[in-house]
Amino acid sequence: MAEKLLEIKNLKQHFNVGRPNMVKAVDGITFDIYKGETLGLVGESGCGKSTTGRTIIRLYDATDGQVLFEGEDVHGKKSAKELKKFNRKMQMIFQDPYASLNPRMTVADIIAEGIDIHGLAKSKKERMERVYELLDTVGLNKEHANRYPHEFSGGQRQRIGIARALAVDPDFIIADEPISALDVSIQAQVVNLMKKLQREKGLTYLFIAHDLSMVKYISDRIGVMYFGNLVELAPAEDLYNNPMHPYTQSLLSAIPLPDPETERSRRRKSYDPAVHNYSDNEKLEMREITPGHFVYCSEKEYNELKAKYAK
Amino acid sequence: MEKLLEVKNLEVSFQTYGGTVKAVRGVSFDLHKGETLAIVGESGSGKSVTSQSIMKLIPMPPGRISGGQILLSGEDIVPKTEKQMEKIRGKEISMIFQDPMTSLNPTMRVGTQIMEVLIKHQNMSKTDAKNRAIELLRLVGIPMPEKRVNQYPHEFSGGMRQRAMIAIALAANPKLLIADEPTTALDVTIQAQILELMKDLQNKMDTSIIFITHDLGVVANVADRVAVMYAGQIVEMGTVDEIFYDPRHPYTWGLLASMPSLENDEKAELAAIPGTPPDLTDPPKGDAFAARNQYALAIDFEEEPPMFQISETHFAKTWLLHPDAPKVEPPEAVKKRMRQLSSTFEKPVVVKEGK
Repeated sequence: MAEKLLEIKNLKQHFNVGRPNMVKAVDGITFDIYKGETLGLVGESGCGKSTTGRTIIRLYDATDGQVLFEGEDVHGKKSAKELKKFNRKMQMIFQDPYASLNPRMTVADIIAEGIDIHGLAKSKKERMERVYELLDTVGLNKEHANRYPHEFSGGQRQRIGIARALAVDPDFIIADEPISALDVSIQAQVVNLMKKLQREKGLTYLFIAHDLSMVKYISDRIGVMYFGNLVELAPAEDLYNNPMHPYTQSLLSAIPLPDPETERSRRRKSYDPAVHNYSDNEKLEMREITPGHFVYCSEKEYNELKAKYAK
Repeated sequence: MEKLLEVKNLEVSFQTYGGTVKAVRGVSFDLHKGETLAIVGESGSGKSVTSQSIMKLIPMPPGRISGGQILLSGEDIVPKTEKQMEKIRGKEISMIFQDPMTSLNPTMRVGTQIMEVLIKHQNMSKTDAKNRAIELLRLVGIPMPEKRVNQYPHEFSGGMRQRAMIAIALAANPKLLIADEPTTALDVTIQAQILELMKDLQNKMDTSIIFITHDLGVVANVADRVAVMYAGQIVEMGTVDEIFYDPRHPYTWGLLASMPSLENDEKAELAAIPGTPPDLTDPPKGDAFAARNQYALAIDFEEEPPMFQISETHFAKTWLLHPDAPKVEPPEAVKKRMRQLSSTFEKPVVVKEGK
């Protein structure tokens, strides 16, 4: 776990810069992703979690900050060759399996597009073999290769999306709400598949979602975002057992659990940003309270939290 | 308790190019006053079609109610004409839809959309209706309703729009509210607010609610009783405690086991239900769930199971409850939540077809 695969440093993504409707979607976040781990990113819609994912993979150009992949900056001026190198190592799985597959391409062509671009197959035969192999990996079969996306169900399409991402042998996959559009029983199938692939291929995931129970299940560490900021980052267990930031606490208290008794006695907390009562000159940053557990707070809060949680 | 709604052996089918899709295949349930019934199931299980049939909102053709009765306060609404239905919709039964972004009219002010119901069903004057609209918006927790009433839907956030939808649905004090995945498009924090609001309003107005969702957490939060649907049929029905603490149908087991629990620390593989739901143009012989069911018996592929009764309120449609069936252990994740409920009969009893 010690080796860093990705370092995100003070990443900012602002839209409509310089205009009155400027949006600070991501406003200076810093975190690392270690080799072989799954980092979950949660938050409400509009908190910037998807923008973070898309900026990391350079679907958006970052306004400020750095994304270092194995020590090299992803952003900035790049030759076509350098870009290709990054694109092979980083892939993305999208939320909507209905919109993210080209309806006019066969499954084989969708999956092999990356193979063709990077010239990974020497002959037609090798290309198709690779496609069959990938289909098999994600639990589909050979006959599916010549069909079109509309012939598949949501869960199957998401499997095609995963096969496409795997086609170029990436090290790192960003999964942006990969299961939100699927049924509960199918969600479990896709999550199990992603975990299996991670074990077999040593993949690193950034898993973006708003379903906190699934995120806890799949992630090693979880980051909580609120209005473009990362407010808490901790190992999955730790975050659920000891949420420190008041926003995380409110978020956790809002998840309905499939247990009628706990639901009847549920006490929901609401989050009011005014509770912090920050003054202008306080410096807000991520501070480590207990080992590996970071909270976005002021110096004063840091001391309070430290007294409360660190023994 | 007084029965508000009785659905008896409802069958709904759709004519398509591929043949007739039997979307709902003999569904029976009843709903008491002030009660919340949750209907859960995968997409395509017929839960939305069932609820839309109650309001007769399914397009006919291609849709057709091919059998059964829907009794609202004792009166069958299946033979009613469109004109007669207009008097019922919004007044007796109203509906909240999943997507608050598309189910409001973008060209009408929010206030006008609420007033529409009041003017039509309660013969209110325009000024009275407007005052009532403001009152309703305040009731559903929208701040500054005097200002909001004149705004358009695009000026509202997702949660606010869903609140406005609830205000419209409740405007004429309906006896029955059908909520079709009302919180699926919302964030968890907003979802929690909307659920609280709905429960609060239910207490105040004594409305019955049919709550359609696939989120079992939400079910545990809102429901009094739960109906689990699979392939157009109710496969298990019972009180919320019976479904969560003493589930009997393997499909219900599958649903409960495929959800990761927050307290669960181990990282064992999730028990996914393999495969996909059956094609309802040609429903399989026997038990529709048999092909995906690891507990399936030989008879499941031959003959449809009857409904077994496990307690006064608990029903399940599976051969596993037959006295001759082998004893099976539910999956680990389900066994953990199982407990003995006092209301359970000593032995499951077969009930007649269609309950």
